[in-house]
Amino acid sequence: MDGLVYRIEDLKKEYAGRTVVDIARLDVRAGEVLALVGPSGAGKSTLLRLLNFLEQPTRGRIVYRGESVNGNVPLKTRRQVTTVFQRPVLLRATARANVAYGLGLRGERGDGRIDAMLARVGLGDLAHAPAHKLSGGEMQRVALARALVVDPQVLLLDEPTANLDPYNVGLIEEIVREHNRARGTTIVLVTHNVFQAKRLARRVGLMLGGRLIEIAATKEFFDSAKDPRTAAFVRGDMVY
Amino acid sequence: MLHAINLILSFDPALYEIIWLSLGVTGLALLLSTLVGVPLGAALGLSRLRARGFITALLYTGMGLPPVVVGLFVYLMLSRSGPLGLLGWLFTPSAMVAAQIIIAFPLVAGLTMTAVQGVDPALRLQVRALGATRAQEVWAVLREARIGVIAAIVAAFGGIISEVGAVMLVGGNIEGKTRVLTTAIVLNTRTGDFDLALALGIILLALAFVANAALLRLQHRIGE
Repeated sequence: MDGLVYRIEDLKKEYAGRTVVDIARLDVRAGEVLALVGPSGAGKSTLLRLLNFLEQPTRGRIVYRGESVNGNVPLKTRRQVTTVFQRPVLLRATARANVAYGLGLRGERGDGRIDAMLARVGLGDLAHAPAHKLSGGEMQRVALARALVVDPQVLLLDEPTANLDPYNVGLIEEIVREHNRARGTTIVLVTHNVFQAKRLARRVGLMLGGRLIEIAATKEFFDSAKDPRTAAFVRGDMVY
Repeated sequence: MLHAINLILSFDPALYEIIWLSLGVTGLALLLSTLVGVPLGAALGLSRLRARGFITALLYTGMGLPPVVVGLFVYLMLSRSGPLGLLGWLFTPSAMVAAQIIIAFPLVAGLTMTAVQGVDPALRLQVRALGATRAQEVWAVLREARIGVIAAIVAAFGGIISEVGAVMLVGGNIEGKTRVLTTAIVLNTRTGDFDLALALGIILLALAFVANAALLRLQHRIGE
């Protein structure tokens, strides 16, 4: 288990009898950027919620850093993982207060870290602006800063740049890449955008109908996929 | 109108006694309704109890209770032969506070519940993902609902400061003891002293305006 952050074994998640995630085996390596691609309804976001311990699996188990974490997950473990969702949900407060929120939950102030993080996401001048009055791209950058400032060991990104303009997409990708390299943060990225997966990830997996169809190193995934559905998805064909 | 303003500026002790009693009764009723109504409304807003629909229906019914019916109910409860007659509260400010709590409480609890239910459900997932404990998650939701909670308190204040039926019945409009602005307006209108009734009406409106302006200012400040 050395070098693994997650090991997923026979993981199944059902809602009202409908299976939305059904993965026999998935390993997430420490410090890697793993992208999961696939069409809507493939179970990618549900898998992220399971990895963030926000939901319980119906069956199977998740091993986090060698410990099976099904059932009640210790707070200390939960706080090593965080998610940036597709739609930034910000508190009705200033941008700075939002970035400070996660630290506050942990009883930390971290003023210097908050200001540095705001500057890093290009929002130093808007630190005291009401968060709900920022643009969509600025709000997502606040959400990213709020997640990164707590220095998580695992960062889960659920379509973090969907509907954003190229400037914000580029900036967010740059910050994510830099954080992964500098801090060794393990990142699991869910995206519809295969080009984003290609730009950011070291390994890419395709999910369809809750199943993991194929997972491979990025170059291999895009250039020599083993499964015809992966090859079709990479080509941009309709796969569902 | 001029006479009314002169009366206000005369600093008549009897007049100011009425004003203070009005503020005292309404303020205490509002405070107690808030202390119980906000936590209950928040709990209902956050819970997934099966009985929530029934409790909500009860609260919404309570929000439309006619004050005079509340007054009658409290009167019967506190009358000498009633179950709470031993308290000796009838025709005292305590009875007036009790009646106003019954009017204000459903407003505070019901509107707080609505405000909490109106908070984006994704917020709870987001704060959990950031490492919030259950208590921190509940607190985050309450903080997000705070503008609606203040609106609930404003609505309850408006409902009881201007209410006359219940306080008239259970207070008795006794001079120097249970006479408040609304009951004094009714009395002076009946006796033809329209100047005094008008002056009291202006004071009542001014008090309601100042209190609402203060609450709205607070609402605006925390909403920024």
